[in-house]
Amino acid sequence: MGIEGTVEVGKDIRQIPGTPVFITPLDKLFNWARAGSLWPLTFGLACCAIEMMATGASHFDLDRFGIIFRASPRQADAIIIAGTVTKKMAPIVRRVYDQMPEPKYVIAMGSCACSGGVFRTYSVVQGADEFLPVDVYIPGCPPRPEALIYGLVQLQEKIKKESGRWGFWR
Amino acid sequence: MGLLEIAMDLLAELREKFPKVVLEVLEKDALTIVCRREGSLELISYLKEKGFKHLIDLCGVDYQGYKSEKKPERFEVVYHLYNLDEKKLIRVKVLIPENDAWQYSVTGLWKTANWFERECYDMLGIVFKGHPDLRRLLMPEDWEGYPLRKDYPLFLTEENEWKGYKEFLASVRGAK
Repeated sequence: MGIEGTVEVGKDIRQIPGTPVFITPLDKLFNWARAGSLWPLTFGLACCAIEMMATGASHFDLDRFGIIFRASPRQADAIIIAGTVTKKMAPIVRRVYDQMPEPKYVIAMGSCACSGGVFRTYSVVQGADEFLPVDVYIPGCPPRPEALIYGLVQLQEKIKKESGRWGFWR
Repeated sequence: MGLLEIAMDLLAELREKFPKVVLEVLEKDALTIVCRREGSLELISYLKEKGFKHLIDLCGVDYQGYKSEKKPERFEVVYHLYNLDEKKLIRVKVLIPENDAWQYSVTGLWKTANWFERECYDMLGIVFKGHPDLRRLLMPEDWEGYPLRKDYPLFLTEENEWKGYKEFLASVRGAK
């Protein structure tokens, strides 16, 4: 395939020679933009939040992936459920999630957010997927920053494979 | 010198002033006074006057099924009082019967007891008489049962699930 006279410069990217004009599917363009600037919400629940902060800080430096924590759900693309979710806290987590604009992604960080972890008790939600659509599960208690980075990269890969998640008809 | 000898004067004084309240004096890691509920408030306020001004902690204990020792009552409320001038710690244990589980509030003596007593009420269902605002502290307000009681199940089955969480899940899953 290919439009006549254009040159393939990357996978699915074609250039009109001698001009700064490139031709690529909108899906690819959107996904590239979304994966390259994934803004998670500054939101932690328990000890995993400490590890999440460490991942965001200078030593592990999430900024180099274009991942910048946002303090408002209205500006966030992803929410990292970092810690134990109690039944009392679950509606509040859900409300924060509901306040985020589409497209939005959920990462369950740590054993507690994945499955309730060691807390098989009366007050703890047995996994954040009971009330949220989780995209990536990161096991560990708590996961190392490398694991969190791996999870975020996995989410970026997932975003890059999406199609049709743009436009008002969605 | 043991703890009993150090506090001999104080103990003698307490035994003399509150003969019906003090049941037992134990020499554990800290000096421990086991006492009856009736009159315990007077004993504690007397200790406060004597220099034990600092309420470190207030908590409840459930001794149901306690194997190492036979306990006269199911519940105990434990106070840790500290004398900041003499650097002395004293522990006061008040016996609370199971079918009449209440204790006098010490919020009049220490403002800090407010949330301690609310937590104790929340977890063990011990009512504190004279508390200005005895609501649950940690659990949701419409939670049923007292989770730290020994006969409370560790994990709730579906039919015993908290109503609020059930409603929340129904609303979330309906929205999807």
